[in-house]
Amino acid sequence: MIVAAAHATTLAEDCLQRNAWICPEYVRTRWPDISAALSEHVLITVVSVALGTLIAFPMALLARRLPRFRGPVVGVSTALYTIPSLAMFSLLLPFTGLAVATVVTGLTLYSLTILVRNFLAGFDGVPEDVREAARGMGYGPGRLLFGVELPLALPSVFAGLRVAAVSTIALTTIGVIVGFGGLGNLISRGLNSFFKAEVFTASVLCVVLAVVADLVLLGAQRVATPWRRGANA
Amino acid sequence: MGWFTGAIAWLLDPANWQGPNGVAVRLVEHLGLTAASLGLACAIALPVALWLGHVGRGGALAINVSNVGRAVPTFALLAIFTLGPPPLGRSTVSIVLALTLFAIPPIITNTYVGIRGVDREVVEAATGMGMSGSQVLRRVELPLAVPLLMNGVRIAAVQIVATATIAALVAGGGLGRIITSGFTRQDQDQVVAGALLVGLLALVVELAFEYLQRRLDPVRAGRDRSGPRPPGPREPARPGEAVAAAQP
Repeated sequence: MIVAAAHATTLAEDCLQRNAWICPEYVRTRWPDISAALSEHVLITVVSVALGTLIAFPMALLARRLPRFRGPVVGVSTALYTIPSLAMFSLLLPFTGLAVATVVTGLTLYSLTILVRNFLAGFDGVPEDVREAARGMGYGPGRLLFGVELPLALPSVFAGLRVAAVSTIALTTIGVIVGFGGLGNLISRGLNSFFKAEVFTASVLCVVLAVVADLVLLGAQRVATPWRRGANA
Repeated sequence: MGWFTGAIAWLLDPANWQGPNGVAVRLVEHLGLTAASLGLACAIALPVALWLGHVGRGGALAINVSNVGRAVPTFALLAIFTLGPPPLGRSTVSIVLALTLFAIPPIITNTYVGIRGVDREVVEAATGMGMSGSQVLRRVELPLAVPLLMNGVRIAAVQIVATATIAALVAGGGLGRIITSGFTRQDQDQVVAGALLVGLLALVVELAFEYLQRRLDPVRAGRDRSGPRPPGPREPARPGEAVAAAQP
């Protein structure tokens, strides 16, 4: 009995000694570390995508109201999206410094560019007949926007949110360049100390996080657009 | 504006362009990595996507491969390869392999959608004229799919330029090294200068491929030769934009 227990312990610790990729012992012993990185990752992602949404909505409205802003808005967002993340964070460095604000600002800009386009595509997709009908029923501009146009644009908005969330989760890892990369911090540390389990666990958690975010948003979309249930199954 | 003038001064100093760690060497490394990976990705992804599109199978795979590609952090894959056994490890092979893997999904998705988007009546007409399967693919489907195919290649190219930058985080070469070494030396001018170079290169690659995309479209070229285009509904500037956006 005692021998068996001792044997099990050696086996478990063995994966740390062998420097194995998959090591439950690593997760068990370093859990506080992992969960701190995970929470930082989730926090950075949620704040960035939320800020991106809050800014994208009025920008899309502006581009729609004033068509001459449309070209510049779409052009600038394409150009912004082209800038590699490492360069983006570095360009923000003089303004925000070695702080989490650098990462959040960069990621907000990326999600913003995805979301502005999807907001615009969603608004463009609202049939003119529907708008006419709503106006004919006495809907004012505000009620038309929030009661008719926005709900009909939701599928496109949610498609953008899913892309933005998934890519933001992947990009957060690059935040390690300024010291705030969530799980990227673990990947970087593991890389420098040749610790395979740390790199692999953090990488897998990134992908799991992305899948969870995608599923949560898909669920939210189904709740928010009950009339489309069955259509977007 | 001090941060900007400092970076410009750094860029204008010829000393920073010379030597084994100079901008010139890093730029050549970056372009070399990009060309090798893009060539490899096209060689793998194009035949697969053309064939899948032609036979009309594997649609879910062709679309979802892009979503999977977006969910995997480039840094994570680079780190895993760097710690892997030879021929991986701290080598160019690891970096080119990672860059290629991230370039394949947008090419597959866009090419597949491009081929599937060809009007079925056109394909049936070609078959009715006695064209064989490979003739239909080469002379009908492929030319009509060129705009989306090139869209995929453009997204892949921009993606590779961005990922090659991240290679600097795992001790690879390329322009990213100027940024990381600037961080190590706590030289903000160098960090911003490197970032400007990388951003500029990405924009140049994006614009170059947009130009190529327009020039290589046989349908549009034919239309241009036959005089001004008839007025019609305006085409979207970038077909298939929503299909697979690049991850920087």
